[in-house]
Amino acid sequence: MADVKPRIKLDKKEAKKGEIVEVKALVSHIMETGQRKDSKGEVIPRKILNKFACTVNGKEVFSADFEPAISANPYIQFKFKAAESGPVVLTWTDDDGSKIVGEEKITVT
Amino acid sequence: MTDLTRRKFTVLAGASLAALSTPLFAPRALGQAKPRLVVIGGGPGGGTVARYVAKDSAGAIDVTLIEPLKTYTTCFFSNLYVAGFRDFKSITHNYDKVKKGGVKVVHEMAASIDRDKKQVVLAGGARVPYDRLVIAPGIDIKFDSVPGYSEAAAQVMPHAWKAGAQTQLLLKKLNALKDGDTIVMITPPNPYRCPPGPYERASMFAHVLKKKGHKKSKIVILDPKPAFSKQALFMEGWEKHYPGMIEWQDPKMHGGIKSVDPKTGEIKTDLASYKAALANVIPAQTAGKIARDAGLADQSGFCPIDPENMKSKMDANIFVIGDACIPGDMPKSAFSANSQAKVAAMVVRSELVKSRAFPARYSNTCWSLIETDDAVKIGGTYEPGEGKIKQASTFVSQKGEAADLHKQNYKESVDWYAGIVADIFG
Repeated sequence: MADVKPRIKLDKKEAKKGEIVEVKALVSHIMETGQRKDSKGEVIPRKILNKFACTVNGKEVFSADFEPAISANPYIQFKFKAAESGPVVLTWTDDDGSKIVGEEKITVT
Repeated sequence: MTDLTRRKFTVLAGASLAALSTPLFAPRALGQAKPRLVVIGGGPGGGTVARYVAKDSAGAIDVTLIEPLKTYTTCFFSNLYVAGFRDFKSITHNYDKVKKGGVKVVHEMAASIDRDKKQVVLAGGARVPYDRLVIAPGIDIKFDSVPGYSEAAAQVMPHAWKAGAQTQLLLKKLNALKDGDTIVMITPPNPYRCPPGPYERASMFAHVLKKKGHKKSKIVILDPKPAFSKQALFMEGWEKHYPGMIEWQDPKMHGGIKSVDPKTGEIKTDLASYKAALANVIPAQTAGKIARDAGLADQSGFCPIDPENMKSKMDANIFVIGDACIPGDMPKSAFSANSQAKVAAMVVRSELVKSRAFPARYSNTCWSLIETDDAVKIGGTYEPGEGKIKQASTFVSQKGEAADLHKQNYKESVDWYAGIVADIFG
């Protein structure tokens, strides 16, 4: 794809300790289920992002396993409680082991 | 009233009117000019009503069609032109046969309607008196509904939601794309002309990119609506033919369109910003200006009508048909406009020359082409009910249908096009 850079939005860049931060992220991916057949009747091999995780300052705050039913270009929205400042790193793991990584920053006061 | 159904009542009323028609009509024919129907707008609605009244009244009604353009390029099938399935000539029609069919065609802009005097005022100042007026002005584009967009911006970021030069501009820009470029489409909020149209257009863009081998290119659709017409069918088709190429975002994902910049091609949403090599911005829409200026539209920007006869709720001498009206459960489509035009034509004749009127019945079908020989459809029949044009029956293509059926749908749509343009333009 032309643009595998994930699009990430935090609803705030600065938060007080204990405040809720909402994350929205959209990533381009084909999410081929492995259940479809091509015009020759052959199964199109599965290729999905099977795992998603978000860390803040190195500590995991949210993770999810994706299954074949997740649509192409998966969109994810979740919240975490602000604890410490640092990089907010979002990682999607492909079936082939490759990773798509996006990063934002949060400042906690 | 138990055994006097509406159908029977219409028959009775028709019979009594028929008995009266001779004495009423005779002095008029002797002493006055023929009753006059004026039609504003020579598209699917206006063309049909003008031709039908002229033909069916066999000269008893004087029919004038006011349309500034000498040729009409249909918005329907213009996506197929963009994808190379049709040439421009094949979707462009003239009024020669409309004229031959007994309609007086005035190629001038209708500037305003003088409802008190029952006259249409032309841009040049001339006045055209009417006994009944049918207006089918179509839509106006609400340029300011998309931040940063304007009529001037449309020369760079075409909407192409009125066919003609805009559609040609869209094709020119599509042809100039390179592999890896991004197409961004901004689709309109409801209600708008041709509900499945933007998604057929995205399909046709993808068809062109695929044909050119642009594997790195993407099409991003930023939608103000959480769902759209035939969504499951389009998405199935996109996965099948263009895997990974089309990315549709609902408003929850993109968080709102913040700005478009025609100078740089940058489009910003709350979530992200895009550099669009081709931006196809289709803004919100209203009824054509002349309808709004004449006080025929309500707060929605469209014109409320009586579902029994397509008459404006604001003026019993005026009918509003096509995209400018509020068609209840019907979508805004050429098929709908053509169907509404036939009801209006029937009522106009019944009022002006006492011909028989039947209860209003409407129908519509929208076909959408996703890839060569792969078309899906949705449609229904409609009748007055609950104060609006109400859906009476419906049909829609299903997911997982056989390829043959979708090929058949496409053939059906091509035949429909030939039929409807013959109905409108002769």
